[in-house]
Amino acid sequence: MNLRDIAFKNLLRRKAKALFVLAGLAIGVSTVVALISFVDAMTENINHKLEKYGANILIVPKTENLSLTYGGLSLGGVSFEMQEIREQDLSKIQSIKNSANVAGLGPMVFGVVNVEGNKVLLAGIDFKANWILKPWWKVDGTIPGEKGVVLGSETAAVLGLNQGSPVTIKGRQLIVSGVLKPTGSQDDQLIFMPLETAQTVLNKEGLVSMAEVAALCKDCPIEAMVKQISDVVPGAKVMAIQQVVKSRMEALAQFKKFSYGVSIVVVLVGSLVVLVTMMGSVRERTEEIGIFRAIGFRKSHVFGIVLLEAGFISAAAGIIGYIAGFAVTKGAIHFFSESGGASIHPNLELIGGSFVLAVLVGLMASVYPAYLASRMDPNQALNAI
Amino acid sequence: MSYIKAEGLSKQYGSGDATVLAIHNMDFTVESGEFVSIMGESGAGKSTLLSIVGAMNPPSSGKFVVDGIDVYRLGSEKRTDFRREFIGFVFQSFHLVPYLTVVENVMLPLTTVKMSKKKKRVLAEEALDQVGLAGKEDRLPSQISGGEKERVAIARAIVNDPPVILADEPTGNLDSSTTREIMGLLQRLNREGTTILMVTHSQDCAAYAERILQVSDGRLIGKDES
Repeated sequence: MNLRDIAFKNLLRRKAKALFVLAGLAIGVSTVVALISFVDAMTENINHKLEKYGANILIVPKTENLSLTYGGLSLGGVSFEMQEIREQDLSKIQSIKNSANVAGLGPMVFGVVNVEGNKVLLAGIDFKANWILKPWWKVDGTIPGEKGVVLGSETAAVLGLNQGSPVTIKGRQLIVSGVLKPTGSQDDQLIFMPLETAQTVLNKEGLVSMAEVAALCKDCPIEAMVKQISDVVPGAKVMAIQQVVKSRMEALAQFKKFSYGVSIVVVLVGSLVVLVTMMGSVRERTEEIGIFRAIGFRKSHVFGIVLLEAGFISAAAGIIGYIAGFAVTKGAIHFFSESGGASIHPNLELIGGSFVLAVLVGLMASVYPAYLASRMDPNQALNAI
Repeated sequence: MSYIKAEGLSKQYGSGDATVLAIHNMDFTVESGEFVSIMGESGAGKSTLLSIVGAMNPPSSGKFVVDGIDVYRLGSEKRTDFRREFIGFVFQSFHLVPYLTVVENVMLPLTTVKMSKKKKRVLAEEALDQVGLAGKEDRLPSQISGGEKERVAIARAIVNDPPVILADEPTGNLDSSTTREIMGLLQRLNREGTTILMVTHSQDCAAYAERILQVSDGRLIGKDES
């Protein structure tokens, strides 16, 4: 017989009250677990989707001049004096600290060519990397080989060319292997061909005009990657497409803040349930506490019994809360994630965290009832019966 | 030197016009191994006196000494330890903990004592044996009779072998046959050396004591030999 036995037996005796406290805490913990798990799963899912969305870092040649284009409207200036980046410098990106976060690297070379009497911007690209950088591209036709080109939708319309049409660029006989469906971007006005072919056509072997990078920045700050790339490609200006990166991060951060806010409210409600129930329990046990104190239980012993009871319930609530939260999240993900892209796995940190949270909240909410119980005067307690 | 000595004990509740003097300037002594009854009408101050003697209710003035220890000069927690080591309580309405079995109730005073669970159980079973309740260790208080509950309360009072037992109307809720059994039991404990102070209304019960302290209006009015 020790204090632990007394606490445990009292809980078994007052099952309804114990279950009420357990439910209050478990609901709080499960809500926190569900929200955190849900946010994490959705964050991962959104990140995954955003990664597919396209490039978020641009690598362009360093220039002292200011750009004189705005919204696709060119007002003259520097574009024809553009310097180039050495293609071999780009390969160093694979050696930066956060190279694992580089999902795709798309070098591009640009030049103006004359086609059917029209000046057109020719872009040499790595088609393989392009599917990662611009997954929304849809081509009527096939990916061009060495002697093929893909036309932007407007270019095809202006030049009157279709898939399979022959086209002559700088004296080379090429075939239109496909036409890009309208993208609503400048891509609609370009001619695309494999990078290597374009470099030869434009006399820019080993050079690129710019490069796009799709960085997975869930676990890294985009600024850090920009710095790392700048260090290995010294002749280039590296820029994060801040708007995309920041908006995606801000959206997630706000979602997280909201979920944390809800979690705090739910935990506070749970702790109030514990406080009120434990206060009631202590008042109901005036006689019992009076006996304990009369026969030689110190204040600390009574305090300990109440906290032990709270500890037992809280520990159980932590475990049940985690399991319930996990199950709810599974259901929620199944319900909300139509594509089924999001998933949830048991997280040791969250298991430990929910256990600690439940025990901490349970104990903290029980400190005042335990204090009141321990301060109970044995004489008054027994006379009050 | 007396084992228990009260000097000028007074206890008042409230203040101003609402002051109630529950105990007024009481002096008495109890020798070690004595069986003393405290008698008096309702509201005479018997229970207040017992609570002071039980180290649970500091007097407004006066001194209370047990075994040379000035009880109310001890701090609150030290006084708790004093109660555990020196006093066994037998309450009128048993005050058993309902969710603990008979043997667990008896073990309660040993809960905070550093001792193996096995040893505590052995001591509790011995105490139950002494009060004639062997074999009923694992019953709940709700599963035993009133007389048996009183025996459990007595077993709980003696399990840690305190030198003093304080009994508050120990037979108040019992029939005459059970009353005789309980009083016989207390008398036997007294003969074995335990000092007993018992509050009672009953002349028959008081007759078991060696001495009667008569209380009226908070004053000690007689110290009769039984």
